[in-house]
Amino acid sequence: MTDTIASPAAAVAVETPTLETREITKSFGSVRALEDVDFEVRGGEVMALVGDNGAGKSTLIKCVAGIYSIDEGEVFFDGRRVSISGPKDAAKLGIEVVYQDLALCDNLDVVQNMYLGREVRDFLFRLREPVMEARTADVLRGLRVTTISSIRQQVASLSGGQRQSVAIGRAVMWNSRVVILDEPTAALGVAQTEQVLELVRRLSEQGLAVVLISHNLHDIFEVADRITVLRLGRNVGVYERRETTQQEVVHAITAGVPTKVSGIATEDEEAVE
Amino acid sequence: MSVEAQTAEAVAGGFDNSLGAAVRRRWEAWKAGDVGVMPVIVGLLAIVIFFYSQNDNFLTAGNFTNLMVQMAGVTTVAIGVVFVLLLGEIDLSIGYVSGIAGVVVAKLQFPDGSWETTGLVAIIVAVIVTALIGLFQGSFVAIVGVPSFVVTLAGLLFWQGVILYSIGEQGVIVIDDPLVNDVSNYFFSDTGGYVIAAVAIALYALATLSGVVSRRRHAIHTDNLVLVALKLIGFAAIVIGAVWWANEERGFPVAFLLVIILLVFWTWIAERTTFGRHVYAVGGNAEAARRAGINVRRIRIVVFMISGAMAGLGGVIFASRLSSVDLNAGGGTILLDAIAAAVIGGTSLFGGRGRVISALMGSLVIATVANGIDLLGYSSAIKYMVTGAILLAAVTLDTISRRRLERAGR
Repeated sequence: MTDTIASPAAAVAVETPTLETREITKSFGSVRALEDVDFEVRGGEVMALVGDNGAGKSTLIKCVAGIYSIDEGEVFFDGRRVSISGPKDAAKLGIEVVYQDLALCDNLDVVQNMYLGREVRDFLFRLREPVMEARTADVLRGLRVTTISSIRQQVASLSGGQRQSVAIGRAVMWNSRVVILDEPTAALGVAQTEQVLELVRRLSEQGLAVVLISHNLHDIFEVADRITVLRLGRNVGVYERRETTQQEVVHAITAGVPTKVSGIATEDEEAVE
Repeated sequence: MSVEAQTAEAVAGGFDNSLGAAVRRRWEAWKAGDVGVMPVIVGLLAIVIFFYSQNDNFLTAGNFTNLMVQMAGVTTVAIGVVFVLLLGEIDLSIGYVSGIAGVVVAKLQFPDGSWETTGLVAIIVAVIVTALIGLFQGSFVAIVGVPSFVVTLAGLLFWQGVILYSIGEQGVIVIDDPLVNDVSNYFFSDTGGYVIAAVAIALYALATLSGVVSRRRHAIHTDNLVLVALKLIGFAAIVIGAVWWANEERGFPVAFLLVIILLVFWTWIAERTTFGRHVYAVGGNAEAARRAGINVRRIRIVVFMISGAMAGLGGVIFASRLSSVDLNAGGGTILLDAIAAAVIGGTSLFGGRGRVISALMGSLVIATVANGIDLLGYSSAIKYMVTGAILLAAVTLDTISRRRLERAGR
């Protein structure tokens, strides 16, 4: 919105995208959810992914995260072609997704959720609780998450913003390179939204490639460096946040006609026609 | 000090481990709906006091050792039920699966030459067979996606049929093998009992101590040391008390030692291993578990195998107690008692909440009620009604506490 939040991240962004998809296609039966979608995100930048309901945002994310298999197209990581055939593959590459419904287990505590599926254990398969507890405290402190009073309380007793912080903390504690946030501020109050956006900014400052999915253009214009617009399963344009306006993005989301935008979008204009 | 600074310190490990703080935390958890094992302990005390006021024989050593043997089988089966309930599933086949184990053991020890083997081998084979039954049923649930209620209901009918078919002609198979019979009918000598108590206390102390040391080394908060010591003393008192009491009569029963070993082992699996953690995760939010890379199918199948194997071991205990297996094997109230025990002990029917120890607590309640009502000379009609009322109370408590936990989040 204003220049005050222009983060140094954009300048830091390196040339090779950390994660890149080329002409990804995904169908469910006769429904084409994604059609030849190109998408990229670089280290140190926040790339917003926007589009109306059913535009294919979640499908694209699930393809990259290994939840769905890709029908056609290629995925590149650090410029290398990779195949992602399951959540474990994505995790191995350093791609972490924070889902809209958070995917936390309410009946487990904060530490247990942070390490879910990747528990630290010794040669007897015993869980090493002290190690996990100490590291969880470190990570949350590193993200300056200060509102959680005990990391041994059940996630069920946390507020929406706290849960989001736990989910994000879990995503970044594995030397991850790409963090994908699906609607992280939906259903949050004003103050909690501000906290989460602050957290998002901090992730990109730490050099991570951040993908932010949101319906809230206000949030996006506050933290994103670039904006990719999907419409009906196609990429209709990539916008530099500082060179565009909310009106232009809204127009792309609803009408899909690519207005004049900066260089990166030119290939996508062809794709739309 | 600002609120923010305080909470930051809490995350950083500045954990208040005074006794007062421990009590306050427990009280907060209680208010939020996390009631733990308190209701069942209070209920049990009430039941004991009631029956003791009605009949002096209730608290005799003889009745106490009786009770321990009586409840060993159901407790063993209920341990498997706890795991199934933790997933939010149900296993209705456990009754007759336990009967299958009895039949297998009886057939394998029967000295007609064709199948005969030693008692130990017979028991091991029986448990393997019932685990495989669990594998079979669990695969339908986990891979095909048939609701566990229906799969195991089919199992209930099917395995009952198998039992009737396999011992139909004889009507009853007598068990002569001394080892099999000892499972429910051997009692340790006085010294033997105290040696077991000493070993148990030493192991408990060692485990507690190593936990404290390891937490100290990683510089994270430890529980209040007075509280830890009190727990240790309480544990020692209960163990020594139980052995002393049993020694007043026949001695400490081997069946109950088996139950204790199973409880410790499965508690360790549930709370200290990756597998156990994943069982809780799948029960709490299967989709979250799947996204975290947990093999949900494998977890489900293994849990049904545990359920089958524990039903099998329970079946061995039942068969041993009667020294025979007849057409009623696995029938009666075994199934309902085992499920009721897990639920009364505090394991949630909604999945994800509960502890292995609830198998013991619940069957202690059920066995105490049954035993007390028998002593007072009432009919089993009363027994069913009282047990039913307790079960309803337990499930209601579970539902209410679950709702409160959910509300505490916002």
